[in-house]
Amino acid sequence: MEKPMIYFDNNATTPIHPEVREAMIEAMDVFGNPSSLHGFGRKARMYVEEAREMLANFIGASPDEVMFVGSGSEANNTVLSVLTGSCRECRFGCTTGRGLVTTTIEHPCILEASKCLKEKGVDVSYIEVDQYGKVDLEQLRDAVNESTALVSVMMANNEIGTIQDIRAIAQIVHEKGALFHSDAVQAVGKIPVKVRDLGVDFLTLSGHKIYGPKGIGALYVRKGSPFCPLIRGGHQERGRRAGTENTIGIVGLGKAIEMREKEMDAEETLLLGLKKRLREGIAQTIPDIRFVGHPTDSLPGTLNVSFDGAEGEAIILYLDLEGIAVSTGSACASGSLDPSHVILATGLPAECAHGSIRISLGRENTMADIEYMLEVLPRVIGRIRDMSTAYARRQ
Amino acid sequence: MAKEQWLYTDKVLEHFMHPKNILVDEDAYEEDGKGMTGNIKCGDQMVVVIKVDRDKGVITDCKWKTFGCASAIASTSALSEMVRGMTLEDAYHVSAKDINKELGGLPEHKIHCSVLGDKALRAAINDYYMRNGMEDKVKREEARIVCNCLNITDHEIEEAVLEGARTFYELQEMTKISTVCGECEDEATRLVELYKNKHFCEV
Repeated sequence: MEKPMIYFDNNATTPIHPEVREAMIEAMDVFGNPSSLHGFGRKARMYVEEAREMLANFIGASPDEVMFVGSGSEANNTVLSVLTGSCRECRFGCTTGRGLVTTTIEHPCILEASKCLKEKGVDVSYIEVDQYGKVDLEQLRDAVNESTALVSVMMANNEIGTIQDIRAIAQIVHEKGALFHSDAVQAVGKIPVKVRDLGVDFLTLSGHKIYGPKGIGALYVRKGSPFCPLIRGGHQERGRRAGTENTIGIVGLGKAIEMREKEMDAEETLLLGLKKRLREGIAQTIPDIRFVGHPTDSLPGTLNVSFDGAEGEAIILYLDLEGIAVSTGSACASGSLDPSHVILATGLPAECAHGSIRISLGRENTMADIEYMLEVLPRVIGRIRDMSTAYARRQ
Repeated sequence: MAKEQWLYTDKVLEHFMHPKNILVDEDAYEEDGKGMTGNIKCGDQMVVVIKVDRDKGVITDCKWKTFGCASAIASTSALSEMVRGMTLEDAYHVSAKDINKELGGLPEHKIHCSVLGDKALRAAINDYYMRNGMEDKVKREEARIVCNCLNITDHEIEEAVLEGARTFYELQEMTKISTVCGECEDEATRLVELYKNKHFCEV
């Protein structure tokens, strides 16, 4: 029997949607520089602007508030870098303080960038989360003060799927007179995101988490927000991000968004059904586990579960041998020996963080995939626990 | 086109898929020596037990258990095969490098995981000596302080090298060694080279 290949790592990246693929192949021939005045350039410009409109419409922004960037990480770095890079012209933090407030569960690109800012003298503070990964609003209220220039809180967490109450957070931040950025890379295209309803000043999104291509992201910058470019030297993106536009990537992102508009609701129903079965199946067949993340305010396709006495990397590689792709919050496999900062932030002990896996579902998954997983996983966990020093089988 | 690479060699994969000599029933196993190392909080823990032919001083059986990653599983599985039939003296000197050689090379950042098995084995051998009134044979790996200002030992330097330090400066970043009087810089530099050779070269 041929080994199945089941992909449960959609929060890491997603397969390209067939329609996105087609649109990108077509766009490959649109080689003109969108900045050129001639016909070749104007045609490319049209493709770029169409995608921008599609995207702006999807998140409830106006097209001139959307800029294309090379990745979600670039968008996040761009927003944070204004805290040290800004000049009088950028109108950012020149007269007020330059403090940054963020959370302990952000993506590494925010955490690393904020660490760097701290070393450059920016006052940075980190808000903690509760056992479900929800930001403590009271702590936020206390942490944001007159010297805070920017607050950055991710909309949905990549490891545990917890969704924050962004509207409430934005309101608190604005009451204190600071600006608000949300990294919505895991949220846009999975749950409804409308920038004006939420009240964000900056918002990051990315193509490859929503069946689009890698190497393309977008940053929403609310009209009137101060802004400081990270990459200078060209008038592209209204002078906010120099570099010739990645037409093919932009077209791919635009198409991915168009498909999200059409398919998101139905997909949510599918994923919630699959996740429910998966969650129940794991709970029924495997003892001594805990689910990490919020039980309801969670991405429809994300399930994080920790198995007592089983080490995450071993789980992943045994599953890989059975043709199932999942990932671990624990970064052991990627070179660091530190357990997941997100899971530790929820208050679980380190040994649980070492034993957790993230199963992230996507549009191509079926109930048959879930049933196969439920057949394989108990066996894998049983096998690892049999050789574990940290698991005493309950008789 | 680059070939798709399994993170580990075929031999590692084989030991990972079919680990040898797992200690299934810890209570029923009548070991002659037992050693434990690591900590589940750090994400890796290892127990090694041995049976010994007293007359010959030879290990006749070696079993193990772990809370650890694929490398820890594979390397200890390999180790348990290697030391069977070995004298206690020889087994004591099996190093992470020997295991790594046997496995055909682990990814560099996983070497750390493979030291667990041989550390636990040495503890098991010492335990055997203790149980049998041969305290004089117990080898103690005494730590020697290198950085007198910050009380940093050679063991800590070795750990740092296993964790990825390859130069004095990387070691300093990890341990803050030699940041007070600075006198131990030469000694620390020499030790980094020594442990690099011990664990990472000629595999």
